[in-house]
Amino acid sequence: MNDKTPPYPVFTEEMKRDYTILVPTMLPLHFNMLIGIFEHYGFHAELLETSGSEVVQCGLKYVHNDTCYPALLIIGQLINAVQSGKYDVHKIALMVSQTGGGCRASNYISLLRKALEKAGLGFIPVISINFSGLEKDSAFRVTLPMLHRMVYAMLYADLLMLLRNQVKPYETVPGTADRTARELTEALIPTLCRKKIRYKDIKANYRMILNTFDAIDRSHEKKIRVGIVGEIFVKFSPLGNNKLEEFLIAEQAEPVVPGFVDFCLYCVYNGIVDRQLYGFGRVRAFVSRLIDRFLVGKQKDLIACIREHGVFVAPSAFDHTRTLTRGYINLGAKMGEGWLLTAEMLELIESGVTSIVCAQPFGCLPNHIVGKGMMKRIKENHPDVNLVAVDYDPGATKINQENRIKLMLANAARQKEERAHESDPTVPLPR
Amino acid sequence: MNTYQLQIESGDCIAVGLDIGSTTAKLIAVDGDRILYECYERHFSQVRQKALELLDRIRDLTGGKPLKIAISGSAGMGLAKAAQLPFVQEVFATAETVRTLAPDTSVVIELGGEDAKVIFFKGGLDERMNGSCAGGTGAFIDQMATLLNLTPAELDEKSLASQRIYPIASRCGVFAKSDIQPLLNQGATKEDIAASIYQAVVNQTIAGLAQGRRMEGKIMFLGGPLYYCQGLRRRFTETLKLSPENALFPAYARMAVSIGAALYASKQRESFTFDEARDALTRSVNEQPATSHLPALFRDRAEYGAFLQRHARATVPKVDPATYTGDAYLGIDCGSTTTKLTLIGENGELLYSYYNSNRGTPVDIVKEQLLHIRRLCADRIHLRGSAVTGYGEELILHAFHIDHGLVETMAHFTAARFFNPKVDFILDIGGQDMKCFRIQNNSIDSIMLNEACSSGCGSFIETFARAMGYEAAEFSELGLFAKAPVDLGSRCTVFMNSSVKQAQKDGATVEDISAGLSISVVKNAIYKVIRAASADELGEHIVVQGGTFLNNAVLRSFEMELNREVIRPEIAGLMGAFGAALYAKAHCKETTTTLDLAALESFTHESKTATCKGCGNQCHLTVNIFSGGERYIIGNKCERGAGLGKDEKLLRDVPNLHEYKRQRLISLPEGEGTRGVIGLPLALGMYELAPFWNALFRSLGYKVITSGFSSRALYAKGQYSIPSDTACYPAKLMHGHIEELIERGVDAIFYPCLTYNFDEKISDNHYNCPVVAYYSELLRANVESLRRVKFLYPYLNINDRKQLVHELFNFLPKYLAHFTHKELRHAVDAAYRAYDQWMRDIRAEGKRARKYARANGKHIMILAGRPYHVDPEIGHGIDKLATSLGFVVVSEDSFTPPLFPPRVNVLNQWTYHARLYAAAEYAGTHKDTELVQLVSFGCGIDAITTDEVHAILHRHGKLYTQIKIDEITNLGAVKIRLRSLMGALAERAGSDNFE
Repeated sequence: MNDKTPPYPVFTEEMKRDYTILVPTMLPLHFNMLIGIFEHYGFHAELLETSGSEVVQCGLKYVHNDTCYPALLIIGQLINAVQSGKYDVHKIALMVSQTGGGCRASNYISLLRKALEKAGLGFIPVISINFSGLEKDSAFRVTLPMLHRMVYAMLYADLLMLLRNQVKPYETVPGTADRTARELTEALIPTLCRKKIRYKDIKANYRMILNTFDAIDRSHEKKIRVGIVGEIFVKFSPLGNNKLEEFLIAEQAEPVVPGFVDFCLYCVYNGIVDRQLYGFGRVRAFVSRLIDRFLVGKQKDLIACIREHGVFVAPSAFDHTRTLTRGYINLGAKMGEGWLLTAEMLELIESGVTSIVCAQPFGCLPNHIVGKGMMKRIKENHPDVNLVAVDYDPGATKINQENRIKLMLANAARQKEERAHESDPTVPLPR
Repeated sequence: MNTYQLQIESGDCIAVGLDIGSTTAKLIAVDGDRILYECYERHFSQVRQKALELLDRIRDLTGGKPLKIAISGSAGMGLAKAAQLPFVQEVFATAETVRTLAPDTSVVIELGGEDAKVIFFKGGLDERMNGSCAGGTGAFIDQMATLLNLTPAELDEKSLASQRIYPIASRCGVFAKSDIQPLLNQGATKEDIAASIYQAVVNQTIAGLAQGRRMEGKIMFLGGPLYYCQGLRRRFTETLKLSPENALFPAYARMAVSIGAALYASKQRESFTFDEARDALTRSVNEQPATSHLPALFRDRAEYGAFLQRHARATVPKVDPATYTGDAYLGIDCGSTTTKLTLIGENGELLYSYYNSNRGTPVDIVKEQLLHIRRLCADRIHLRGSAVTGYGEELILHAFHIDHGLVETMAHFTAARFFNPKVDFILDIGGQDMKCFRIQNNSIDSIMLNEACSSGCGSFIETFARAMGYEAAEFSELGLFAKAPVDLGSRCTVFMNSSVKQAQKDGATVEDISAGLSISVVKNAIYKVIRAASADELGEHIVVQGGTFLNNAVLRSFEMELNREVIRPEIAGLMGAFGAALYAKAHCKETTTTLDLAALESFTHESKTATCKGCGNQCHLTVNIFSGGERYIIGNKCERGAGLGKDEKLLRDVPNLHEYKRQRLISLPEGEGTRGVIGLPLALGMYELAPFWNALFRSLGYKVITSGFSSRALYAKGQYSIPSDTACYPAKLMHGHIEELIERGVDAIFYPCLTYNFDEKISDNHYNCPVVAYYSELLRANVESLRRVKFLYPYLNINDRKQLVHELFNFLPKYLAHFTHKELRHAVDAAYRAYDQWMRDIRAEGKRARKYARANGKHIMILAGRPYHVDPEIGHGIDKLATSLGFVVVSEDSFTPPLFPPRVNVLNQWTYHARLYAAAEYAGTHKDTELVQLVSFGCGIDAITTDEVHAILHRHGKLYTQIKIDEITNLGAVKIRLRSLMGALAERAGSDNFE
């Protein structure tokens, strides 16, 4: 604050040469692609894939136990990797994301540094990946061209995630969808590292991805579609949600997970809302508006490609999702996932997904309000919707979580049966 | 056996429903309209064997017909999967049963072993199960019965004869337990406690599961506990105000899930012959378990032998009292679940000791023991002094005229020093609480007590053992040679219960579960209470004690986890009493006041209940009357109700910033406004900003009232609409404040959404926490009565006057009236003036308080937290307790000039927290100032601040004391902390006559 020299080791230019940057598992598909881009810019990065009780134990050991579960897992995973003996501890750096919002998540980086200190590893530099201007002294800087590539990486990854979830429950040869997603990731990374990115190529790749997934042999039964919303880490990370997507697929359901680009857009949009509500941040609002317009445009192009292709169900565009909060929550509620979480539940319902799992770390502060707090209203307006809030925590057992989800699925199946009896074709068509 | 009719059509098959819950297994077999067999039995975690056993019982009843079978229940899921038999989720199964047997039911409440469920049928089907932090129900009732030394049936019988209901925390079993313990120790009757336990279950069900939906119409009660417990039924009926025809207690209550499973089975296409079904279950019995496992405690018997030998070395010389002549000293440790006594001689040798479970009546036990000791002493042994410690300290002190009372931590330290003068770390795990403290420079440095959510400890193992059909000692013995202990996690016991469930599902043996529990208790201590990363952080010379460490499995787990050898005195369970005896010896006077034989023989004890009228807290008091009409009162939060009237005036003159702020807030001017009445809910951020908004609206011509302070009654008013039971108590109280304002007939309620708080220029950013900032959004969506009034919750920027005027200009016309820019400018200026004045006054009072303390040689205590922690219901009168113990209480915002925080290792981005850091720095740099941090349970942000505050204080060599507060806070434990703090301060100051 008042002191200029940071009290922690900084990631320097020299380190770029031979340091390995370890990245926690948050969104496996997305981060794999990002790492490809980092490599292109000369950073050597590696996505961690560890899971299981060692990660949790390590987290419990080095992080205050009342801290939220994502912090515990992210830090546990990183320190566990550092201590695994697999790496030269003097040649690694760690990376975590930082949002800079009014939620605890902005403090993950501080907690990680404290944990490293506690483990006697205080010399390991930690890199913050953020867009709030925090920690400007790091040699890891996201430049505009880099950001440009990252945007397409996120769009690709969202598409891969969407299609994988729409194909995997129906694939006739188990494992095909996952393999396809992996292979496509490998194939797409080089295209993002070309000297010049041409948007025409990107769109051609969208179609290529759609065709590749469409070519997978799959059955045509109708399964119950189950939406997953929630705290950003627990929602996306199999490490955080005990492999929720896999569980749903095993239970004969189709997971529907709103994409990551929406979360990025939500963060950007907050810059515009701050200006509207509180009158500050003129420049930030101006920039936010430009980014918003650019990104929403790109997202709409992607959605158009999916619709044109005509086989898969496309998500809604962000500027539509945003409007759904009307009558529920103000766009000023911006901590954690904020109003986006409510909006995503409503977007899912609008697109015919009437069973939704709201996943959150135990005791997640923003989710008291934007998740559990909004359920009553949503149920009042949509009595047929099955909402279930599931808490994740080092002590919460899988059996309790699964039991709740099973109840939701049983109800959804009963409703489906009843609807079939009434022969009422009200299952809304994808827009 | 069956007093109900049931018809299940399943072709020419027999429908079999098997429901395996967390504690019991139920099976029903139905052939058309004939119930062939039904049973309800505990499975003692032998899930798969039990399932097979039950199935075998219907072998001869099937008449060779094929079976249609379905399995349900939380422990049934894994079984069904392993056996590849149909599974139906249990709530779904219940709903099937009710739809078939009683279709006009509108709500079902089902309590099981560890689950609570509510199903709403009318007005949109809605099914709810208890959240992950909401233990209680059947297993909880069993646990409480054990605590009272009653069988569940006796508990039920007693509850029917109750006269009053005590408030017992309704959120989770552990909380409730720590409320019951003091009541027991204070002598409340078992009848009343039994009924209060049931009431807690009722409150929990309603608060945790109704979540804003009112329970109306025909309500059906299902599940074992509601089938068996008449008292529980009565509490539900009375609380929900049900007429007899609307309260349904069907004969099939405990079988509902299995009936649902049978109904579900009947609709399946697949049928099995008896042998096929049996084979399927047999397969599952043989399947390998999949739970994660930990290394075994001992490799073999030899290793165990060496371990025993090593620990046998830590002993105290024992002398037969029959051969001893001379002086003796008595130590009593009246703990929460056990009572311990020791009698020592001149050289610390042990003459007599006693260790036993309280069974709820400590006074009787101590009386009996004293009689025994007095007789034992006869004329040969001369009792020179006595001291008492523990939860029941005050009661025993007064009842038997004991010479000294000392705080538990001091007693344990004294005892540990006897075994190892170099001791630098002591860990004590007792029945109910866990204490640990570091020793530095021969005085107690930091004290850590288990927080309300991680208690459990020893009595947890005991209760668990009994639930599984074993005695505690026998149960933990089993764990010693377990091959693959189950990994049960290290969180609160409620979570452990469900981990055990998971393990049972995976077919873990009793041995593995027993060892796993011991390891869990240890991990809980190390990672949750001590929060150490390595053994080196604890110390070189660790002494462990407390009854729980007599359990070899626990001791071994501890050494394994730390990877270091520790000392466990042979008298680990008696250390408190032993320490007290040593204390009595060190501080002995010429004669002891302890009751003599004659007085003991005529000793009587009786207890009555009353409510204190000393102040607004309305504490429930227990008045103990001893022989000769001597009275001793417990249960009050301050010293006022205890009859210390003469000191009252003295206490009132001691400055107390919390009290000052309360007085100022409650006497804010309402104004003469004619435009209408604006209500400000006095909760969360309003504790900081009430003077600001009050002035603003008064200036605009409104009358402004607040909802007043919180209370239990106020909480109850709003409890029905709380959607998230894990939110902090200050937030949950908000619901009551809203109801209160509506009842008072306000025209509009105002609680703005403030993403940003005042920027005091002392932090990186100036956020409010998400709950303070956006709670209005939640209120709007969940509190139905808010739809009847204007609820104003604009998003405002209070850091920019012009902007605020602009925002109000746009917002207010939509809800109240149109105001000119000029009017608004005027109002906003008035608001800032009022707020500045308010802060100036607090700071002036702070200055006065510090001056007073220094002039009178008192310690200053910064009782720091959030502005709303001054609320009497949130702070539970801790400020008054501190004052009565001799501190001068100030708040974290009462310093002039405003303090600047030191550099912290975290992002310092919340206004309130920056103040905390600054206050910690002040305490660190002032010799006469201590900081005690209040933390609301469930406050995620304080997980970050507590570490930082601790670090700041530690850097300056100061003690850090944290007090976790929630809906109900055990003031006994708070008192131990504050007294230990005083003790440590006194020790540091080089004198030990602080008592």
